[in-house]
Amino acid sequence: MTDTSTYLKQRTNSVDIDLCRDDFPVLRREVHGKPLAYLDNAASSQMPESVIEAYTEYHRRCHSNVHRGVHLLSQEATEAMENARETIRGLINARNNKEIIFTSGTTDAINLVMQTYGRSRIGEGDEIIISTMEHHSNIVPWRMLCDEKKAVLKVVPVSDDGELDLEAYASMFSDRTKLVGIVHVSNTLGTINPVAEVTRIAHDHDVPVLVDGAQAVSHMPVDVQQIDCDFYATSGHKMYGPTGIGILYGKEEMLKTLPPYRGGGDMILSVSFEEVLFNDLPYKFEAGTPNISGAIGMGKAAEYIRSVGYENIHQKEQDLLRYATEQLSAVDGLRIIGRAAEKSSVVSFVMEDIHPHDIGTILDLEGVAVRTGHHCTQPLMERLGVVATTRASMAMYNRKEEIDQLTAALHKAVEIFR
Amino acid sequence: MNDKTSQLYQQVLLDHNKTPRNYRVLDPSDHEALGHNPLCGDKYKIFVNIDENDTVTDVTFVGEGCAISKASASMMTTVVKGKQVSEIEALFHQFHDMAQGKLDPETEPNDLGRLKIFAGVRNLPARVKCATLSWHTLHAALEGQEKVTTE
Ligand SMILES: Cc1ncc(COP(=O)(O)O)c(C=O)c1O
Repeated sequence: MTDTSTYLKQRTNSVDIDLCRDDFPVLRREVHGKPLAYLDNAASSQMPESVIEAYTEYHRRCHSNVHRGVHLLSQEATEAMENARETIRGLINARNNKEIIFTSGTTDAINLVMQTYGRSRIGEGDEIIISTMEHHSNIVPWRMLCDEKKAVLKVVPVSDDGELDLEAYASMFSDRTKLVGIVHVSNTLGTINPVAEVTRIAHDHDVPVLVDGAQAVSHMPVDVQQIDCDFYATSGHKMYGPTGIGILYGKEEMLKTLPPYRGGGDMILSVSFEEVLFNDLPYKFEAGTPNISGAIGMGKAAEYIRSVGYENIHQKEQDLLRYATEQLSAVDGLRIIGRAAEKSSVVSFVMEDIHPHDIGTILDLEGVAVRTGHHCTQPLMERLGVVATTRASMAMYNRKEEIDQLTAALHKAVEIFR
Repeated sequence: MNDKTSQLYQQVLLDHNKTPRNYRVLDPSDHEALGHNPLCGDKYKIFVNIDENDTVTDVTFVGEGCAISKASASMMTTVVKGKQVSEIEALFHQFHDMAQGKLDPETEPNDLGRLKIFAGVRNLPARVKCATLSWHTLHAALEGQEKVTTE
């Protein structure tokens, strides 16, 4: 069973998804005198008016610190931030709010797991399993830990189409395996990994699982209880929210047993020079003044996603994916990289005799924003035998006209380089 | 197609990209350096021979990257061959300033000649390094460094 089947269980509603485009002010702008076709959503998605509003409202009305003041502004700020935590909890179906830790993003969330679980539970000769398609943020912390502890990093292979080799994965466990880290949706290829299945296999060996969900939450319903993962990391700015904010979900039983991450204010109950009593979850992991407006904005973004509905998002994005795949395949010398059966709305490609950076520049001058390069997945690029790709990544607000604009610009590139 | 795209990707540039000049290993060579832009993966090796009068007698390159970086390397080799090291250094600085928008080759005095076609990158911050990579690498080779990284 694949994780996408859960789409069908989501509520349907009658939101006209084509109208949601109007909610995103930035999409009205022009670049280089052309209408903007924003197809770089995997790098960062745009914010709707409601998120921008909630974000600035905090600064206009109740800017103050949280969890500290008895005055009204502080109470309002605290309430807004805790409401955001609750909304995000609901979106990914965590059991309770103690399991939602605000971080500065996915990278920070993964580093939190590395610094707490990793450094306290992983030692010399222990093994960590990750996959070939991980983002650098789910490779580097583990490489650093392995170097520090003399632990071993094991890597699950992927197929030429960019799918995880589950069979190989299942055979990689030993009694030294201490953690599995797996990306939910590949930012480079769009591959949707069967994370529930990956988790089940790991749990058969009593090994906890960290899922990197940076690219998942904007596209598909994520139910951390159904996946049953021990940790789930994601970023606000990849789900229509602000930058510099994200969350780590952790199972309460797991989080309770972990040492704190950073030391400072808010994460303590009492401090003396001899002894520190740590705060309860989730605050134990939230040292210092948090990104309050970011958290509020991320909560609003979660609300926005819910109001549109995953069923609608899925239909629209898969439609765009089909259309883009079809149109791009017809461009001279274009080869799509990543052809997994289950894909989010990402099309990565290379073109014969045209370097991705030249494509990126030509597209930019034609008003089309895409990402070119290795997408922070160098080992994956190496595995697939490409130095860099051009990546068009679609969101719920994109239109077929934008894909036409992309295709036309690519035809122009072919013409220029002929 | 008389627009920004074709102003940048002029025929000369495309031609040097397709058939780069002096594209070979120079063996033996007096100096060589490897230039690498880790951000986009562009990588070029540049080889130089210099005679006793400090004149570049031969200069070649090999490597891979985008059209702008490759054409820039190719045109650079054709321009610097036969020049004195001091002249080349001056040209390097002019080219660098042009790419960064600090020197307008149309209104200010310079010796850039046909290298002016790279002026278009000054409006594209992400591409400035592509145009200047080979120049940095040549500069490093002449200074006796073996490696240069631009970021
Ligand atoms: C799959 C994946 N993981 C992790 C990250 C890191 O996210 P952030 O930069 O928000 O910490 C990204 C973003 O580029 C990503 O795409």
